[in-house]
Amino acid sequence: MSRVIDIRSLNFAYGSVPTLSGIDLTVAEGEFLGIVGPNAGGKSTLLKLILGLLQPQSGTIRVLGRLPHAASRRLGYVPQYPSFPRDFPITVEQVVQLGRLGLDRNGGQGGGRWHTLWPGRMSGVDREAVHRALAEVEAGDIAKRQIGSLSGGQLQRVLLARALVGEPRILILDEPTANIDQRLEGEIFDLLEALNARMTILVVSHDVAFISRYVSRVACINRTLVCHRTEAVDGALIQELYGGDVRIIAHAH
Amino acid sequence: MDGFFTSLSQHAFLQTAVATALLASIGCGVMGTYVVVKRIAFLAGGIAHSVLGGMGAAVYFGFDPLHGALPAAVAAALLIGWVRLRWRAQEDTLISALWAIGMAVGVLFIAKAPGYQADLMSYLFGNILLVPRESLWLMVALDALLLTMVAAYHRQFLAVVFDEEFARLRGVPVGFFYLLLLVLVAVTVVLLIQVVGLILVLALLTLPAAVAGHYVHSVGRMMLIATLLGAVLSIAGLALSYGPDLPAGPTIILLAGGAYVVSAMIAQALDRRRARLAAARGVR
Repeated sequence: MSRVIDIRSLNFAYGSVPTLSGIDLTVAEGEFLGIVGPNAGGKSTLLKLILGLLQPQSGTIRVLGRLPHAASRRLGYVPQYPSFPRDFPITVEQVVQLGRLGLDRNGGQGGGRWHTLWPGRMSGVDREAVHRALAEVEAGDIAKRQIGSLSGGQLQRVLLARALVGEPRILILDEPTANIDQRLEGEIFDLLEALNARMTILVVSHDVAFISRYVSRVACINRTLVCHRTEAVDGALIQELYGGDVRIIAHAH
Repeated sequence: MDGFFTSLSQHAFLQTAVATALLASIGCGVMGTYVVVKRIAFLAGGIAHSVLGGMGAAVYFGFDPLHGALPAAVAAALLIGWVRLRWRAQEDTLISALWAIGMAVGVLFIAKAPGYQADLMSYLFGNILLVPRESLWLMVALDALLLTMVAAYHRQFLAVVFDEEFARLRGVPVGFFYLLLLVLVAVTVVLLIQVVGLILVLALLTLPAAVAGHYVHSVGRMMLIATLLGAVLSIAGLALSYGPDLPAGPTIILLAGGAYVVSAMIAQALDRRRARLAAARGVR
């Protein structure tokens, strides 16, 4: 199995606050990796380093054999909080179309670094891809809606479609279900499980017990990589991670 | 108003003024929409005001002030854009400083300009009736530049204006397109200075687009409506000011401000009505 993400002795600090120390982590192609840990433990920071949005102070990160910023067009990212104003005048369809930027005319990954400097219009291939991505997340019926009029669950699906439309090799999600109810949480993870057949998935979550039913492996981050295992998540692991007594709440859906 | 339209057929300077207003409204609608949706009115204000530095320098060295305005606006846009990209934390402080320094430089140059004292008021508040016919060609060229760039790069601009982080992940050179956008805003500022002067530019840049945003919900449609609205408001302002011999710039701005307030109230009333109807549907 080939390694799609390879992180070695990674250190990162915001200002003078060490956020991640000595992280070694590899992800193999086709994995469904859950990243768990307490709030402010550095989970989102790790994702942003993998995406190339932040630069580490030391250590190396290779994504698909390249530096993160050179690989980012082959990744699909679903942020925890949308980094745009909700009242922006734009439809669901237009948001998803933006996920096609950076691909060449036929929708391939062949375009060079400066590809996006060329003026370009949407091609028929792009339109089909947008249609497919919206159908895949079951959001085809809201394509013409304004993003400001969507519920939290609908917005999450649209952000997922925007990530999928670029045909990513790795899908990276930061707390994809933090703002939606439990029934939708199950639906989103069922969808991710299906997507895992054709892409590697990394998902950050605070809900260890819930994601353990879906993921193939869990990495626990609390400034350092605390644990790294494939067996089922149990009380001992959670205690190790969060320290002290934490009750597991069984999710019966 | 009648007098205005009769005079329009007789006086070439009035025809030039109307053409100026129409050409300026293209920039005001297209770039004003980006300024409003990206919420960079403050940056646009900084660009507009520091242009006085360039105009003052041009007057001092004996050039047409408009020829000083264009390079000054572009330089201010690049400087302000660089501040925003590089020192985000102190963005507002630094931009206010550039805003004031640009104006101070301009006032000093104008005060020391040899010979005839240039009319500071007409730079600050504009005088659309004094626009020379030759300036129209420059305005046509600037409009053509704006429209070409926006037509070619509308996807990239939308990506950067909507969500910079995501645009960066898609490989869009965000810094480059952000600076290009600000340079085009600077070009628009120069267009609009002809109509209302550099102090009042900000209102004409933002108000028509903001009114359009009350009723249409796509960037493309906002541009179209804001352009039409900008044209109607500036020509109506010009016509209203002509009879009683009022300065045209401030009349146009008051009209735009009035239109915005009325429109905001209508939009709010429509929203409430929509919510009431939706609630009533829910009850049934």
